[in-house]
Amino acid sequence: MKKYEQIEHTADLGAKIYGTTLPELFENAAFCMFDMMTDLSKVVDGESIEIKAEAPDKESLLVVWLNELLYAATTGELIFSEFDVKSLDENSILAEARGRKLKAIEGIIDVEIKAATFHDVEIAEGELGYEVVIVFDV
Amino acid sequence: MTHAFTGKLERIDDYRWRIPKSYMPGMKVPGMIYSDEKMLKSIVKDNAPQQIANAAHLPGIVKASMAMPDIHWGYGLPIGGVVATDIEDGGVITPGGVGYDINCGVRLMRTSLSADDVRSRIKHLVDVLFREIPAGVGSTGSIRAGRAEEENIMLKGSEWAVRKGYGWQSDLEYCEGNGAIKGADPADVSDRAFERGRKQPGTLGSGNHFLEVQEVEEIYNEETAKIFGIEKGQVTVMIHTGSRGLGHQVCSDYASKMIGLLSKFKINVPDKQLACVPVKSEEGRAYLGAMRAAANYAWNNRQIIMHLTRKVFSEVFSESAESLGMHLVYDVAHNIAKVEQYEIDGRVRELCVHRKGATRAFPPGHDELPEKYKKAGQPVIIPGDMGRCSYLLAGTQKAEETFYSTCHGAGRLLSRSAAKRNTKGRAIARELEDKGIFVRHTGRQTLHEEVSEAYKNVTDVVDIVEGAGISVKVAKMRPMGVIKG
Repeated sequence: MKKYEQIEHTADLGAKIYGTTLPELFENAAFCMFDMMTDLSKVVDGESIEIKAEAPDKESLLVVWLNELLYAATTGELIFSEFDVKSLDENSILAEARGRKLKAIEGIIDVEIKAATFHDVEIAEGELGYEVVIVFDV
Repeated sequence: MTHAFTGKLERIDDYRWRIPKSYMPGMKVPGMIYSDEKMLKSIVKDNAPQQIANAAHLPGIVKASMAMPDIHWGYGLPIGGVVATDIEDGGVITPGGVGYDINCGVRLMRTSLSADDVRSRIKHLVDVLFREIPAGVGSTGSIRAGRAEEENIMLKGSEWAVRKGYGWQSDLEYCEGNGAIKGADPADVSDRAFERGRKQPGTLGSGNHFLEVQEVEEIYNEETAKIFGIEKGQVTVMIHTGSRGLGHQVCSDYASKMIGLLSKFKINVPDKQLACVPVKSEEGRAYLGAMRAAANYAWNNRQIIMHLTRKVFSEVFSESAESLGMHLVYDVAHNIAKVEQYEIDGRVRELCVHRKGATRAFPPGHDELPEKYKKAGQPVIIPGDMGRCSYLLAGTQKAEETFYSTCHGAGRLLSRSAAKRNTKGRAIARELEDKGIFVRHTGRQTLHEEVSEAYKNVTDVVDIVEGAGISVKVAKMRPMGVIKG
């Protein structure tokens, strides 16, 4: 099953993200965000960080989780390629993100994502699992 | 997902189209799109009109949820959106009505050089600009600010730079709000935002941000152009950037905070990105304080980049910036919320005016204009795409109907992926060079994503705002050299 597909968005970047389970949806959303910024197949992990986040509902939590990762990536000058959700409920997430220093892969960031937005974010549950559309500000 | 707008649009005149309140339950005011019939066809193709209707739900909104002709699909408010709320009547403020790049804006500097003086050295000039002005993803500058300095930047805006020697005292006079908005409060800015801002004063960043060396190609209004110090054949420099990582973090922090506050204030909005709080609440005051701090950071940023530009011109032309006549024409924000007073139904009210991808355009005689511009109205700087042209406009009295707001640029027509698909295999840099435009950039995809045809023709956009009477054309500038992230 594919992790995500990019959708047409006039000004920014949009993607439809899939996951057979909710934790997988969160992991794939994170993968999607960094994969749209650069080719993740070239990024091998070396650094690892723990991310904790809280939000009023699961949709907000998904966006907050992505923005936590962006903050960690920007300030730590890192790019993440692997994600492991350790625990997840409606209001909180604990996860590990692995990646490597941007310096080691310099020059391959294609697009800078400023933020994951809350625009029309809605997690839908279907027979094959979960899906959500996220608009990223670039 | 993209949904073409199928609702009813009522034609008011050649340039105004209404989305009636009946379009969607809960709309407090109608929507109003400034467009001509031709442009409207592209506007209804994506979700932007729906976003205008969504914004009409904001508590305290007055008159209409408005959109300029360069409107396109954003998040929360569309890009090109103008929304004013009545502060005394429960009016709200929403980070989704300002955007992530707080005080993204443009600055225009004139020179006494003619295009003929510059043409033979443009390649070298662009190379040196590209070397000296940090651009690109996560770009950091040589000016680092400790916490106390960063607080000062947030409070003082451009004045911080001028005091440090990065500019002239007169620069402050020709900047919106004299280069800073009052009421900034660094205490409302998170440590994370401070951290992201520390290494970025004086950096261009990525995306659609740029610095352009231009030639004034056409003058539409001699008298006003003269007042702004602009003449045909002259070289100008345009700088388009904002508050960088610091602004993004402020927006992220408050957008998520406000979602958790919707139930407290019993506010219902159709899109989470429109989460908001009353301006007159502790939380509203805090966002205003933080947003203003980020806005001031952006003014300081553009001030430093202008200073670096002057240094480069001095070096390349072996003359001082003063003798090269490198004066600021104006600097204006196009992503911001401001408290302004307007008369509504015969009563003067204090409004919170959100301009997201819209430019303030004060009329002749306005108190906040520099003395020299009182007769002409506010200079309005409209960047176009890198292959065509940009415009200098002036504000009009008629724009009172849009809370003195007008368009902000060309507005995207194609998504980034569509632009890349459509231009695959083309040598964009070479095509531009053939037109006499030299470009330096950092990103692999930048030129394809930012190609001319990905944007609406900015000429069509400014013709509409002039037709609607909310601005007048003063001059057209054509790019000679561009640096991009």
